[in-house]
Amino acid sequence: MQTAVANANEIHGHDTHHGADHAHHELSFIRKYIFSTDHKVIAKQFMAVSLFFLFVGGLFALMIRWQIAYPGSAIPLIGNILPNSWVSDGAVTANFYTQLLTLHGTVMIFYVIIPLAVGMFGNFCIPLMIGTDDMALPRLNMFSFWLVPPAGLIMLSGFFYDSGTAAAGWTGYPPLGPTSGPGQTTWLVSLFMIGFSSIMGGTNYMATVLNKRAKGLQLLQMPLTVWALFITAILITLGTPVLAAAIAMQICDQYLHTGFFMPDNLLVTAPDNTYVTNAFIAQGNQLLEHKQLLGGGGQPILWQHMFWFYSHPAVYIMILPGMGIVSDVLSTFARKPIYGYKAMIFAIMAIAFLGFIVWGHHMFQSGMNPLLGTTFMLSTILIAVPSAIKVFNWLGTIWKGNIRFTAANMNALAFIATFIIGGLSGVFMASAPVDIYIHDTYFIVAHIHYVLFGGALFAIFAGIYYWFPKMYGKMLNENLGRKHFYWSFVFFNLTFYPMHILGVGGHMRRIYNPYIYEFLQPLQPMNQFVTFAAIILGFSQLILVVNILWSLKYGKAAPRNPWQSNSIEWSAPAHPGHGNFDTDIVVYRGPYEYSVPGRESDFYPQTEPPSENEVPVHSGH
Amino acid sequence: MSGLSLSHEPVTGVPNGKLAMWIFLASEIMFFTGFFGAFIVLRNSNLELFSHSAGELNKGLALLNTFILIGSSLTMALSILNLEKGNTAKFRLFLGLTILCGFGFLIVKTIEYTTKFGHHIFPWTNVFFSFYFIMTGFHALHVIAGMIPMFFMFIKSFTKKGYNYPTKVETLGLYWHFVDLVWIFLFPVLYLIFPSH
Ligand code: HEM
Ligand SMILES: [Cu+2]
Repeated sequence: MQTAVANANEIHGHDTHHGADHAHHELSFIRKYIFSTDHKVIAKQFMAVSLFFLFVGGLFALMIRWQIAYPGSAIPLIGNILPNSWVSDGAVTANFYTQLLTLHGTVMIFYVIIPLAVGMFGNFCIPLMIGTDDMALPRLNMFSFWLVPPAGLIMLSGFFYDSGTAAAGWTGYPPLGPTSGPGQTTWLVSLFMIGFSSIMGGTNYMATVLNKRAKGLQLLQMPLTVWALFITAILITLGTPVLAAAIAMQICDQYLHTGFFMPDNLLVTAPDNTYVTNAFIAQGNQLLEHKQLLGGGGQPILWQHMFWFYSHPAVYIMILPGMGIVSDVLSTFARKPIYGYKAMIFAIMAIAFLGFIVWGHHMFQSGMNPLLGTTFMLSTILIAVPSAIKVFNWLGTIWKGNIRFTAANMNALAFIATFIIGGLSGVFMASAPVDIYIHDTYFIVAHIHYVLFGGALFAIFAGIYYWFPKMYGKMLNENLGRKHFYWSFVFFNLTFYPMHILGVGGHMRRIYNPYIYEFLQPLQPMNQFVTFAAIILGFSQLILVVNILWSLKYGKAAPRNPWQSNSIEWSAPAHPGHGNFDTDIVVYRGPYEYSVPGRESDFYPQTEPPSENEVPVHSGH
Repeated sequence: MSGLSLSHEPVTGVPNGKLAMWIFLASEIMFFTGFFGAFIVLRNSNLELFSHSAGELNKGLALLNTFILIGSSLTMALSILNLEKGNTAKFRLFLGLTILCGFGFLIVKTIEYTTKFGHHIFPWTNVFFSFYFIMTGFHALHVIAGMIPMFFMFIKSFTKKGYNYPTKVETLGLYWHFVDLVWIFLFPVLYLIFPSH
């Protein structure tokens, strides 16, 4: 990937050579492509690393799926070449299965969706869309990226311990988490690092939006992508540190045997050790061999509160950037202003605010006070209101539009559809009495994949198809793009829709072999169907990779503004160099002036000066 | 940059680094809020244990450290003031005093920790001491993290070029006051609010 990136940088588009390039000292290769402070290079680095992890996480998922469809039978092709500590007779062991499951969730959330949605688009879009040359603090930006590869390696390194990597689920609940082996530690340390990277990024995004907007650009003239990323940055800087504190506490529980999350009277028998708390001994219980003392006096549920205090806002960290991207893509390709611009901003803010007070909906079944459950149920259901505002506004945007079915737009349209399904299943689960039945079943798995794969990832695809020309100076192949979309969309639904039915049928999530329960045996054919759909879905993603690599080499050179868009980044050269723009940027209007009556062309770039005989409209505030 | 004025004065009027520091401090507040929140929850379920254990902490040393840190905030502010006025000698003096205060704080903290260890009190002794060590430990790490750039500025101020970036010192000052403030919360919460035995 790295060489491909470098390649594309050499083949400058026809109008890329601008002043900014010459004024700079020639940067060494290392400063230009590896330890670069240019936000666009950092965005590409995030993209390369996260797409790599997308395939790693995808591979984990397919191995999980094979086990569920055919428990105990060898994984085709790779089963027999995996080490014996992972597989027996080519089929994953129960222990390894749990590790795969844990790492699948963790990798997809922390190393794929967040770095793509926030790292890649935040970096690429914010400076360009507000018409400035770089981030407020370019060097901090570089550090925030360079924490990611080591964190990723640490995360994967856990697999090479004899006792394996983390296996307590992506949620790492105690007492299981702190009483697991060193794999749990690599997991915790890695998350701490990537969290720190997130915080540095978020701080930088906020400072950039507040301080570096181009001349004339009001806050209420910023594209919704920038708004969404801005609010996301707030969620990151306020939510992530709480997870960091919880992680630090869990590391202490594991290594210093503190008792933050360990109740009194706890006895855990792990393969390598027996863990007991002080209080357990103090009550006169016999000492056991290989005993590890734990502090005790803590509460496992405390971890859940702290974890979800971050991780519920985190689901909005993952989806809000996508919502912004989709708004811009839809408006551009419907050739219509976004419907209800201010309402959209308000909805983003409302979602972000409510997002901080709903975390308990993950804990209806944890033994939380039922009164608290009701509060969390109400606030969660409330969040459907701003979500619905957004959906209706997207529909209003494309209503009677002159819709162009580009690959970017098809992904954006698919986003609306899948987000509606995911949002509706969310409202089901938000209702505590219903959730008691479906909690910890495949219904939850269906929900999270509708919002994360169908929602966040499709929006990310839309963003990649939309901004690729500006990123690399090359057009992506539309034909391959559409093929990628059709295959992904069809097989996404075939994979994840049936999971709702499995879940309502009582199929629990995270289970190694469901068919030990007689009542789940009839569900095996459906599971096999899901697995085959998942395999095709996984392989469909190769179309995207082929498209990217092919287009980098053979793609058409991109013009400055291939989609006739309004926002500021399209005023930059086709393949902008360091410094981004070749002209000064003055902003005259908001980003959604499509099909303005009385104008010849159906778009009106933010940077185009008003014509002389035109009465200047005071847009925005 | 070839005559383009893309990189103009900060829109908010607050320099980039300082603005980012304010935002980062908001993040830091949430980090410590995590600990304080957890502390409150577990305190309520272990009231007896907490008040009993808190009695073992050394209030005197903590009070001394409070004075040291408040004093260092003052010297930090004075060093910024003097740098802005161009009075390098005094800037260096007050920055040096701030660093000394930092060391003083850490030394007192070390004495506190070692006497605890001497009394067989460790992070795993009970959950109160878990909190005591993790909260004061992270706070001490923050003190060290603040002293490192201070030290560089101090060294640089002796070079020929001197050190003349008042905004950077001011930004560091913001951080330092924050670290001070965290201690102002830690002191009563850990040492004072429990009736002593
Ligand atoms: C209308 C909006 C939404 C509502 C009402 C909602 C509600 C819920 C509820 C109640 C649960 C807990 C179910 C249980 O464990 O029993 C849940 C789980 C989850 N939701 Fe949502 N949700 C919404 C949107 C989203 C979005 C936009 C995302 C991500 C982009 C998301 C990601 C997740 C994830 C990852 C979980 C599973 C966590 C786990 O236990 O591993 N949700 N949702
Ligand atoms: Cu949630």
